[in-house]
Amino acid sequence: MSIYDLIFYLFATLTIVSALMVVSSDNIVRSAFYLLATFFGVSGIYVLLGADFVAVTQIMVYIGGILILLLFGVMLTSNITNVEIKKGTAKILPAVIGIGILLGAVVSVMTRTKWKIHLTEIPQTTSFELGKLLITDYVLVFELLGILLLIALIGAASMARREQE
Amino acid sequence: MQNYLIEIFGSEIVAYILATVPVLAFIVLFVLFAVWLERKVSAHMQDRLGPMRVGWHGVLQTLADFLKLLQKEDIIATANDKALFNIAPYVVFVTTLATFTMLPFTSIFIGSNADVGIFFVLAFSGAVVAGILMAGWASNNKYSLYGSLRSAAQIVSYEIPTALVVLTMIMLYGTMSLGEITIAQTSHFWNWGIFGGPELGLAKILLVPFMFVAFIILFISTLAESNRTPFDLPESESELVAGFNTEYSGIKFSMFFLSEFANMFLIGSILVIFFFGGYNSPFGYLGNLLGIEWLIPIEQLLWFLGKGMFFVFVDMWLRWTLPRVRVDQLMTICWKYLIPYAFFNLLIVGLILLI
Repeated sequence: MSIYDLIFYLFATLTIVSALMVVSSDNIVRSAFYLLATFFGVSGIYVLLGADFVAVTQIMVYIGGILILLLFGVMLTSNITNVEIKKGTAKILPAVIGIGILLGAVVSVMTRTKWKIHLTEIPQTTSFELGKLLITDYVLVFELLGILLLIALIGAASMARREQE
Repeated sequence: MQNYLIEIFGSEIVAYILATVPVLAFIVLFVLFAVWLERKVSAHMQDRLGPMRVGWHGVLQTLADFLKLLQKEDIIATANDKALFNIAPYVVFVTTLATFTMLPFTSIFIGSNADVGIFFVLAFSGAVVAGILMAGWASNNKYSLYGSLRSAAQIVSYEIPTALVVLTMIMLYGTMSLGEITIAQTSHFWNWGIFGGPELGLAKILLVPFMFVAFIILFISTLAESNRTPFDLPESESELVAGFNTEYSGIKFSMFFLSEFANMFLIGSILVIFFFGGYNSPFGYLGNLLGIEWLIPIEQLLWFLGKGMFFVFVDMWLRWTLPRVRVDQLMTICWKYLIPYAFFNLLIVGLILLI
């Protein structure tokens, strides 16, 4: 086992354990902070896969954006910390069926995909190639996403304005 | 530097971990010096002498204070969320330290010459917010919570103009790696970012005023991100005691202190790398003149630290010159002035680069 494997297992354990803690924690703010560890672990795994740009984007978007928004939401909602959170098993049959279908789908995708098992050269950097792909092959998707985000931004601004009046 | 360490230890990971040790040592030494400088600058601006007793002109005052801080009792109030309260200072410090790995101190020492460079720095300075919110919430104290929420709102808002200016500079240099940005500005000081970057010709002359605007915007927004006066609302002493670190004492408080001062150097060095040539000397090197190879990196280090320290000094200077802004003024500066200007600057620089 090389040192890279060790680091991979470290990040994998961090991700899985903290993800379990997110759903099993009593305190909703604590759950939000466990999510921090989950996002960080996932980003570490991206780094080990050689996807540097995706890893940093993960930190930028999920920790710097979504998690902060989540924390603001949790902290600014009154009495949210005193809410009794139910964690026990309630409806076990639908849950088992749902999870079973999901597991089956994931496993079938995993086994049917033709994975590239031959070693390819790990690219030194991914941002250049990613940028080129974004403005050539995926330019339509890129532009549409940009418009979608712009609409969301304008919508958010107009909603915030209406409340003020 | 890394290649040399890899040769010695035979393992990349060990070499990379060891390469961060000088950076950590640098931060601690820098903070010891910067705290003394801050006290001295503030004293001289108010016609006082400042610390004079410990060492020459009080140079060792911070060291004495630090030793005192280490001995202090680590107070944890009963109503705190203990686990989060204990982790928060380290989250803040580690995320700040992580940004330092991307800084090119000299041509031979960069923690990591990864291509994502400045993007990594932006991402981790955004992740600091999580640590600050953690500290504020776990303190279970309304002043701490207010301080941390203010700090988070401020950092998140001012990330936008910062990112826009950084985007402008990435367009100019064509790379995100801070090491390569510095290399692009070598040889003469008119190749520096503030003078329109390395490209010669008409575009360079056209770029100069817009680079100046970009520099001003980046300076203001990074100053706000580091929570310094005139943007020190998160820790405004007259309203919030000390903001999110009110409840902390001893070594944990010093962690926040370290990361705050490290942040000051970080924003100074980002400005230096983008606009003032990073570690490049404006006049050529003494090492080249004398033919001594090993002198050049030392000179580069001195130039980098000197330029960075200049901006740290400007921050301190501003602190004792300007009053604190109000919350509404803070948001007006960001959303009504900096962001539109940064956007137009981005568009115009893009057009000039296309010509």
